[in-house]
Amino acid sequence: MTQFEVSKGGTATATEAAIVAQDVEKWYSNGFHVLKGVSLTVNKGEVVVLMGPSGSGKSTFIRTFNALEPFQKGSIEIDGIPLTPKLKNVDAIRREVGMVFQQFNLFPHLTVFENVSIAPIQVRNMPKAKADEIATQLLERVGILHQAKKYPGQLSGGQQQRVAIARALAMQPKIMLFDEPTSALDPEMVREVLDVMRSLANSGMTMVCVTHEVGFAREVADRIIFLADGLLVEDTTPAEFFNNPKSDRTRKFLSQILH
Amino acid sequence: MGDEFTLGRIFLNLLIATKWTIILSLIAFVFGGIVGFLVMLMRISPIKPLRFLSWIYVEFFEGTPLLLQLFLAFFGISVVFGINLSPLAAATIALTAFTSSFLADIWRGAVEALPKGQWEASSALGFGYFKKLRYIILPQAVKLSIAPTVGFLVQVIKGTSLASVIGFTELSRAASQINNVTLKALLVFALAGAIYFLLCYPLSVWSQKVEQRLNQQT
Amino acid sequence: MGYTFDFSVVWDNIGLFIAGALLTFRISLIAIAFGLILGIIGALFRTSGNRILNAITLAYVEIIRNTPFLIQLFFIFFGLPKLGIRLNAEQAAILSLSINFGAYSTEIVRAGVESIPKGQVEAAMALGFKPLKIFRYIILIPALSNIYTALIGQVILAVLFTSVVSQIATEDLTFAGDFLNSRTFRSFEIYFTVCLFYLAIVWIIKGIGYWVERRFFEFAKYSRR
Repeated sequence: MTQFEVSKGGTATATEAAIVAQDVEKWYSNGFHVLKGVSLTVNKGEVVVLMGPSGSGKSTFIRTFNALEPFQKGSIEIDGIPLTPKLKNVDAIRREVGMVFQQFNLFPHLTVFENVSIAPIQVRNMPKAKADEIATQLLERVGILHQAKKYPGQLSGGQQQRVAIARALAMQPKIMLFDEPTSALDPEMVREVLDVMRSLANSGMTMVCVTHEVGFAREVADRIIFLADGLLVEDTTPAEFFNNPKSDRTRKFLSQILH
Repeated sequence: MGDEFTLGRIFLNLLIATKWTIILSLIAFVFGGIVGFLVMLMRISPIKPLRFLSWIYVEFFEGTPLLLQLFLAFFGISVVFGINLSPLAAATIALTAFTSSFLADIWRGAVEALPKGQWEASSALGFGYFKKLRYIILPQAVKLSIAPTVGFLVQVIKGTSLASVIGFTELSRAASQINNVTLKALLVFALAGAIYFLLCYPLSVWSQKVEQRLNQQT
Repeated sequence: MGYTFDFSVVWDNIGLFIAGALLTFRISLIAIAFGLILGIIGALFRTSGNRILNAITLAYVEIIRNTPFLIQLFFIFFGLPKLGIRLNAEQAAILSLSINFGAYSTEIVRAGVESIPKGQVEAAMALGFKPLKIFRYIILIPALSNIYTALIGQVILAVLFTSVVSQIATEDLTFAGDFLNSRTFRSFEIYFTVCLFYLAIVWIIKGIGYWVERRFFEFAKYSRR
């Protein structure tokens, strides 16, 4: 359990901001205006779920948080560090922010164990023994330790995604980003990944998740952000969002995903 | 002496010799294609000795230099059989062996790239071996092998340049002879190279186009 | 047919064959090493996004791939001295073989780099990897495993190509055969033996190839989708 608490000592101080994004605007190179001025503050220890129809810009938005996507206007601050093109800041931010991708993106030529331990060793210059210890703990926590010597290609999608979560956590991030972590999974594997995410949320990790998993959002999220056409449409509690949506856009979206 | 060879005359002489490069390429491709097809059939046949023989054939001619195959044909056959092979005959034999082994390999690869289910489905429908090949397997394999086959045609054209070494006068030998007389090596070999390029490049582009189209479909 | 094979000419001159094979081996090794360096530089240029570098590299690749090696060799061996660059036969052989192999490996290496999914690089960046370490730890091995078969095939073709340098009197394996052929009437035995030497070299390369593949690229068995 200890690994999950690394980022947060003691009780959450809900007033401290982990992410402050203000009026973020982004155009793709083809001119498409994907983010039209989105502002969002995520407090430490909060679990925020981003929802929205495809093309709404929600994935692009969280990918700006660790500088995978550049943006043209507005400002983003991660744990007090302004996100500028300066390499020093980008490096500092990426060390604080872990990310889990839709397609897992595990490294195929490294074993499961090496996937988890390589970044602490190569990026944080951690001694191998220490990195191995952390990798062992994390793999045990996500239930993959017995497969540690296999290559990612030998695991199921759900198992790979759990390894990907362990890999991100090995860098001891303060914030975790999830970009549709269950969308590429067969239905029977969704649950094992959500369970890991749920226990991570319970441990007090600051999380921003792009997901369509309604059950997870209802149960785990502190807030739900609804994006459509590059604009923030709603920022509210799960109960309000699902039971009492304010805008037509939200109602239309909910009718589509709730069937 | 060198003055007699103007740029125009050099180019004209090279063009005349190019005719033989093209003829030799066509001979190699047609004979190589026929033999290569038979070798490919042996490679995929269910009969083990046939597979083994064709494996030896491909392994030998893919694993030895074309230049040595030309020497074996030109000098070796003449000595062993006590006949005098013309350079054209020797080049035909060697280029056919060279071309057929590579084409057999390319085509076998195309057949083996087809899903096993195609063989199984046609077996389940009661097709005999040759009918399976004729109606189900080969038509699909042909589609897969067009791009690499055209690409290999470029290798054949370039390969014919080695026939010059056994005294067959095609583009490369003409270039060497003109160079011996004029001593304008840069010009002569650049011109010869340009002619080869004009023959080969369109085929290369075509091969790449076919492959891209195939990749987009799948 | 009345012809009796007599391989004694081979045994009597086995030292000549071995000396030729060693030179073939050495020329191949040097040319492949230089060619690979050229290929990596060429692939960097091709993927750099710089239009001029890309165009120049593409022209180099297409010119070399669409003209015979014999012409390239003659152009360098007979042509460069006209520009005041003096090369002996072996230097000309190595230079032209390197340039030739460089063109083919440029396209192979480029394909390898482009075969790495974007997500791999993104995942590494998200973990804080810097560009050089991304190349070294994340891209290099999978890219090599993707192009490995093509690269070994091209290495074998390059070794077979070296036979052509006998035509400018480089004393390689083929030249040894030519030399003996001009002094005896045992053409078939001599050239057949030379062929077997090349076959042996090709099989050694293939053998090393399988070993490397099993040793370093085992993961690739599982990651093909």
